[in-house]
Amino acid sequence: MTTATAHHDDHGHHGPAKGIMRWVLTTNHKDIGSMYLWFSFTMLFIGGAMALIIRSELFQPGMQLIEPEFFNQMTTMHGLIMVFGVVMPAFVGLANWMVPLMVGAPDMALPRMNNWSFWILPFAFGMLLLTLFTEAGAPNFGWTFYAPLSTTYAPSSVTFFIFGVHMMGISSIMGAINIVVTILNLRAPGMTLMKMPLFVWTWLITAYLLIAVMPVLAGVVTMMLMDIHFGTSFFDAAGGGDPVLFQHVFWFFGHPEVYIMILPAFGIVSQIIPTFARKPLFGYASMVYATSSIAFLSFIVWAHHMFTVGLPLETELFFMYATMLIAIPTGVKVFNWVSTMFRGSMTFETPMLFALAFVVLFTIGGFSGLMLAIAPADFQYHDTYFVVAHFHYVLVPGALFGIIAGVYYWLPKWTGNYYDEKLGKFHFWMSFIGVNVTFFPMHFIGLAGMPRRIPDYALQFADFNAIATVGAFIFGFSQLVLLYVVIKSIRGGEKATDEVWEGAEGLEWTIPSPAPYHTFAEPPHVK
Amino acid sequence: MGSHSPKEDVGKHSIKQAPKSGNTAFKLVLAAVAMFGFGFALVPLYDVFCEITGINGKITGPVERVEHWVDTSRTIKVQFITTNNAGMPWEFDALQEQVKVHPGAWTQAEFWALNPTKEDMVGQAVPSVSPSEATEYVQKTECFCFSQQSLKAGEGRNMPLIFSIDPRLPPHIRTITMSYTIFDAGAFAE
Ligand code: HEM
Ligand SMILES: [Cu+2]
Repeated sequence: MTTATAHHDDHGHHGPAKGIMRWVLTTNHKDIGSMYLWFSFTMLFIGGAMALIIRSELFQPGMQLIEPEFFNQMTTMHGLIMVFGVVMPAFVGLANWMVPLMVGAPDMALPRMNNWSFWILPFAFGMLLLTLFTEAGAPNFGWTFYAPLSTTYAPSSVTFFIFGVHMMGISSIMGAINIVVTILNLRAPGMTLMKMPLFVWTWLITAYLLIAVMPVLAGVVTMMLMDIHFGTSFFDAAGGGDPVLFQHVFWFFGHPEVYIMILPAFGIVSQIIPTFARKPLFGYASMVYATSSIAFLSFIVWAHHMFTVGLPLETELFFMYATMLIAIPTGVKVFNWVSTMFRGSMTFETPMLFALAFVVLFTIGGFSGLMLAIAPADFQYHDTYFVVAHFHYVLVPGALFGIIAGVYYWLPKWTGNYYDEKLGKFHFWMSFIGVNVTFFPMHFIGLAGMPRRIPDYALQFADFNAIATVGAFIFGFSQLVLLYVVIKSIRGGEKATDEVWEGAEGLEWTIPSPAPYHTFAEPPHVK
Repeated sequence: MGSHSPKEDVGKHSIKQAPKSGNTAFKLVLAAVAMFGFGFALVPLYDVFCEITGINGKITGPVERVEHWVDTSRTIKVQFITTNNAGMPWEFDALQEQVKVHPGAWTQAEFWALNPTKEDMVGQAVPSVSPSEATEYVQKTECFCFSQQSLKAGEGRNMPLIFSIDPRLPPHIRTITMSYTIFDAGAFAE
């Protein structure tokens, strides 16, 4: 540690300050990264508890545990928390930790803003969660908050929801700006754009997506606010507005948003697979171009969420073909990951297991996405459990497994200790089984016609629902294993080498483990 | 944004904020603000788009009455549907379920609205045409949907609609449905 901080003496801080104020005032990218990750982890358990409430009610047909109104609040809050409170902050946390280490920068480019972007989040979610305890109850209109459900018919807590969304929007925009500026301006000498690790590339593109669409989300909730409180009628037909307009604006944000939740995971997997296959990534340049084209295409496919609102035929066809086009760059990526493994000398440590599961299960989610993209078929699938199966396959074994893979991969660098490999593998298998038992049956009940977001269902769906609930409990509780593994690795364990993984490439493996509080005060030289 | 060539960036490295960082950040903030504006710009863009394509049956009007040639070789079935938006207590009906018209001929249809409540109310009917392809061929010189309708407590009234179908209507369209949904527009009374 002394060597790495030696250059810092004239700046007057040798290491972290003491006490709670260290965390409140910190501008250190590693501290902030850790806080983001812990925040996300906490939210995972809160949102997960809500999911288990939902699944418990759905264990049997009929209404047994909760009121339908509360069920609606649970589906809404679960979705909002998982999207904005778990996946996005976890990615920002990983970016905070790893982007400076991977590009050889001493810290994020705008460290004070970094502190702000994190500290807004607990307040945003605190406010959102507190609505659960108000008389009106929490928001109940679904994570997609379609007007007029979220305007004319909304509970009064909707105003808190709107401010919550504004706050997390500001937080992610600031986070994204910071990441772009860091990547563009603080790269070590010799680190050209096309030498950047893929995690950095995917985050750069994600950050641009965030800057482009989070303001649109802020715009749409602002319009809601004005409709509710200031007598405008953006979405109220009585005053000349149009509720379908809401869906267009929302999904103009919403579809890029789903790629915001997956591109960084693509990056993580592209770091991990070469390490454990002991081969450089196959088709680096094509990965960069594929990611960029996915990002571009994500702006022109939004109406695939709206096939049933009554679009004209030409529009349906346009959005159908544009959506299917995305499968091409996505296919390129899957091909490259498989080719990287081909004839590699592979080992299967926990990060690799999660990365492999990601490749397989995300692809299943991609295929169900393609089915949904077929406009005439979507008239049957829309708003059924088939959609629920689709997006949970891309988000849980997709985005979330990507995050978990990254956590296992970089944990020894963060804590200086290897995690418990046996427990890691146990966690993997429980998660893998749990996720499939939960979400695979949903394909079938969806195709058979079970509608989503309804607390009761017809008898013929009973068996698969019971199975899904069992899977959900397996999956949910096995995340406690992850918590235990992380804490154990912080507390101690086998000391990690600097390189951590045999065959790992990149600047982050050239610094000591655990990563010192200050790194790369002198820029490294990249050949 | 991000107009840096990779060559420029390389080597700009110091423990303090790199000099270009403020600049890049400023451009990105501008981009975010512009996108916030773009979100709102989607509203008029959407209306323009709907108008051009006729989606949503957003008919503009009233139009000047022009006498087309009347295409007596074709007969179009025009159906009328009325709906009350949730919670709107008015009686609202089309006095004829459907009419058969020749393209080009001007036709009058009558609708009926009654406010059964003990309050004076303001309603607004919102039109829609199906198939949407036909929207641009429906011309109205008069429609109760062009303005808000005020009805005193207990008052009822006939409301006219005068329309014609442009003879250029594509030949495969034989039936046109005009649907009207009545909303309580009390909050938006002019
Ligand atoms: C090959 C790529 C993909 C295709 C073709 C695709 C297609 C679709 C389509 C057509 C729908 C609308 C279904 C309906 O509501 O009827 C949908 C819903 C959804 N997709 Fe995908 N998708 C793809 C990848 C992804 C990815 C990568 C994610 C996120 C990581 C994602 C997340 C979602 C979500 C969250 C919804 C549901 C939104 C809601 O209504 O609540 N999709 N997808
Ligand atoms: Cu989408």
